[in-house]
Amino acid sequence: MEFRFSQEQQMIFDTAAAYLAQTSDSSAVRAAMVAPHGYDRAAWQRQCEEMFWQGLLVPESCDGLGLGFVEAIGLLEKMGERLACTPFISSAVVVTSALNRAASGAQQQHYFAELLAGKTATLAYQGQTRRWDASAVTAQLTTSGDGWQLDGNYALVPHGSGADYLLLAARDERGALQLALLPSATPGLTVVNQPTMDQTRPLASVSAVAVQVTAGQLLNNGQCCAQLLNELIDIAAIAVAADQVGGAQQSLNMAVDYTQERVQFGRTIASFQAIKHKAADMMLKVEAARSVLYYAACVADEWRLAEADAESLAQAAAMAKSYCSDAYYFVAGSALQLFGGVGITSEYDIQLYFKRAKSTESFYGDGSYHRERVAAQLLDSSCEVAL
Amino acid sequence: MNLRSNAADEAFRREVASWLEQHLSGEFAQLRHRGGPGDEHSFVEERKAWERELARGGWTCIGWPQSHGGRGATIEQQVIFNEEYARAGGPGRIGHIGETLMGPTLIAYGSAEQQARYLPGIREGREFWCQGYSEPSAGSDLGNVKTRAELDADSGQWRINGQKVWTSWATESDYCFVIARTQPGSVGHKGLGFFMVALDQPGVTIRPIEQLTGSAEFNEVFFDDALCSAEDLIGGPEQGWQVAMALLGFERGVSTLGQQMLFQNELDQVVAAARDNGADRDPIIRQRIADAHIGLRIMRYNSMRMLAGGEDGSLSKEAMIYKLYWSSWHRNLGNLAMDVLGAEAQLLDGDGYQLSRLQGLFLYSRADTIYGGTNQIQRNLIAERALGMPREPRG
Ligand SMILES: Cc1cc2nc3c(=O)[nH]c(=O)nc-3n(C[C@H](O)[C@H](O)[C@H](O)COP(=O)(O)OP(=O)(O)OC[C@H]3O[C@@H](n4cnc5c(N)ncnc54)[C@H](O)[C@@H]3O)c2cc1C
Repeated sequence: MEFRFSQEQQMIFDTAAAYLAQTSDSSAVRAAMVAPHGYDRAAWQRQCEEMFWQGLLVPESCDGLGLGFVEAIGLLEKMGERLACTPFISSAVVVTSALNRAASGAQQQHYFAELLAGKTATLAYQGQTRRWDASAVTAQLTTSGDGWQLDGNYALVPHGSGADYLLLAARDERGALQLALLPSATPGLTVVNQPTMDQTRPLASVSAVAVQVTAGQLLNNGQCCAQLLNELIDIAAIAVAADQVGGAQQSLNMAVDYTQERVQFGRTIASFQAIKHKAADMMLKVEAARSVLYYAACVADEWRLAEADAESLAQAAAMAKSYCSDAYYFVAGSALQLFGGVGITSEYDIQLYFKRAKSTESFYGDGSYHRERVAAQLLDSSCEVAL
Repeated sequence: MNLRSNAADEAFRREVASWLEQHLSGEFAQLRHRGGPGDEHSFVEERKAWERELARGGWTCIGWPQSHGGRGATIEQQVIFNEEYARAGGPGRIGHIGETLMGPTLIAYGSAEQQARYLPGIREGREFWCQGYSEPSAGSDLGNVKTRAELDADSGQWRINGQKVWTSWATESDYCFVIARTQPGSVGHKGLGFFMVALDQPGVTIRPIEQLTGSAEFNEVFFDDALCSAEDLIGGPEQGWQVAMALLGFERGVSTLGQQMLFQNELDQVVAAARDNGADRDPIIRQRIADAHIGLRIMRYNSMRMLAGGEDGSLSKEAMIYKLYWSSWHRNLGNLAMDVLGAEAQLLDGDGYQLSRLQGLFLYSRADTIYGGTNQIQRNLIAERALGMPREPRG
C-alpha cells in the first residue's frame, strides 16, 4: 500500500490549482451559477481545449490521456476547492467510465471523439429519488419495430440541461436493465432545467415519450447493465467525495484566515480557544476524509483495471461517501459559524460552500444511507467480512 | 498511490504469521489475548519471557534501523506485523515503552555510548522502561515540572529529588526516563534535563494507584536523593525539553500502531455481541457499528498517509490529528460496546471487580483521551502548529 502521489501526479494537481484559481474564482462561479444551463459552456469548451481534462480517463488508444482515478480524484479535489461549475463528473468521469467498461469498439470511437471535442454527457436513471442504485429505475424499454421505444421520467439529472448526450437507464420487457446513450436532441426527449438551492450544481428533469432506440445505442451489447449501473453510481459517489474533500479543505482555510483577521474583545478571534478547538475538529475531519478518499480512489482505479470487483468498489464508495459527506457538512457549517454575521450574507463565499456541502451530501446517498450499506455487509452476511 | 502490497510485504506477512503460530504455543499459549487494558497485571513474568522469545526471533523493535539492531521495517511492514500479532492474539507488549518511546529517542538523540548501553537491553527484552514526565503540578502543563536534579561535583553523579505521578508500569520496570530541573529557579521549558534513572535503588519509592478498572497500571514514583550517573543524561543539562518533545512525537505517532491493531479484535467482539443479542437489528446501533468500522479503516489509512518519515519524532502537519483521532474513536467504541450489551453490561463475571474485555474497554478507553496529551491539548497543538493560530496565553 502506497499513499503518496507521484511527482507527475502532483504536477497535474498544481497546474490544475493554478488554472482553476483563474478560471473558477468567485466571480466566475457566481456568473456560472446564473448562466442558462447552470454553467459556462464557453469556459468548459476553453477548459477542454487548454487542459484536456475531459480526456483524463479516456484510453490512449481512443486519443485520451489514459490516466486513472487517482489522477481524477486529485483533480476533483482541486475543483471542489474552487466550487468548479462544470459537468466534469457527469461527463468525463461517469459516462466516460460507462463507455470504457461497456461500449463496443465502434461506440467508443464515436462517443469518445465527441466527448474529447468538448461535447458533454450525463447519466439519468432515477425515477425514484430516494434510491441510489438500479432499483431507482422506473423507465421502460419496449420492443418496437427492429428496435425499442423508451418511455419514462428521470429526476435530479446532474448537468442535464445543455448535455449533448444522455445515458438513460430503463428496464426492458424481460426486466433486464439497459443503458442507452442518446443525443439529447432525439425526438421525444425533453430536458428541463430545475432551479436548485445550490446553484453550483445544476439539475434537470428528463422525460422520454416514445423515444426510438436502436441496438447500436445500447451499451453492453444489450446485456443486463444493472451491476454496471450500480458501479457507475459508486464511481460517481467517490468522485463527489473528492469534491467534498476539496470543498471542506477550502472552507477550513477560509475560516481560519478570517478568524486571524477579525478582532473582538481586543484580540483576534483565532486566539479564543473555543475557536481554535473548533478549527482543530474541522481539520481532523478534513484529513480523515482525505485518507478514506485516497483509499477509495485506489479501489476505483483497481475497478477500472478490472482488478477489484463490484463489492469492493461498493464498500469503498460507501465508506468514502459517508465520511466525506458528513465531514464537508460539518466543516462548512462550522466555518459559516466562525464567520459570524457575514457568513449569512450572499457576498461572502462561505455560504456557497455550505450549500454545496448539503447538496453533495444527499447526492448518491448521504452518510446514513451508506453506513447502512456497510452495516448490511458487516451484520447481515453469514460469513465474516474480510479486512 | 495504490493498494498493492508488494511481494516482499506479502512474504513478510506470511513470515510473521507462521512465526507467531509456531511460537505462541507451549508455555506461551496461555498468553493469547492476555495483558490488554484492564488485564495488564496478568502473567507479567511470562510476558517478559515472551518479550525475550520475540527478541530471539528478531521481532522486537522491527521499526528501528538495522544499524541499531532493528529490521528497518517500513510503516507498512510495522502495520502488517501488528495486524498479524493482533490476529494471533499476541499478549499486551510489556516492552512497548522501551521499544517505541525510549529506543527511538536514544537513536535520535543519544550518544553512541548511551545507545550501546541501553538499546540492546530493550531489543532483547531484558530491560523495561517507564515514563517519568507528569507530576502533581505538571500534567498538561509539563513545563511546570518541579523535580530537581543536582550534579554532585565529587561523585560526578546527579542527585534527583521530587515526585512523579501516573507513571505507567513503574512496578514492572527497570528504568524510568525522567525530566527534571537542572537549573534551580528556572521556569517553563528552560533548565530541564532528560535522565535515564535506574529504579532499583534506595532513593526510589514506587506506590501503585488503583484505577477505575480496579487494577493499578500507573503509580506514584518518589525520588529522594536518587542517583543517576552523568553518562545517563541525554543531550545537555538544559536540552531536556527538546528531547522530551521528540519523544512525545513518537508517543503520538508510530508508537500507537500496535495497540490500534488490537482495536480490530475489540470491534469484532462488539459486532459478535450485537449479532448474538439482536442489537444488530436496531437501526441506530447498525449506524454506530458501521461508523466504528469505517472509522477504524480510516485510522489505518491515516497511518499509511501520515506516519512515514520523521525519524526525529517530528510529526507532519496532517499527522497532528492522529492522536485525537484514534483516542476519540476508541473511547466511542467503548461506549458502543456498552450500548450493544445494554443493561447486561452491568453484570460482572464472579466475585471481585473482574471486568470482561468489553467492560475493560469501556472504562480504560476513557484514559486514551487523557494520556499522551489530552484531547484538549491535542486541539491546541493542531490549531497552533498545523493551522497557525495564536498560542494560548499563559498565566
Ligand atoms: C492511564 C494513564 C497513564 C498515564 N501514564 C503516564 C506515564 O506513564 N508517564 C507520565 O509521565 N504520565 C502519564 N500519564 C499522565 C498524563 O500524561 C496526564 O494525565 C495528562 O498529561 C493530563 O494531565 P493531568 O492529569 O494533570 O490533567 P490536567 O492537565 O490537570 O487537565 C485537566 C483537564 O484540563 C484540561 N486542560 C488542561 N490544560 C488545558 C489547556 N491549556 N487548554 C484546555 N484544556 C486544558 C485537560 O484537557 C483536562 O481535561 C498517564 C495518564 C493516564 C490517565
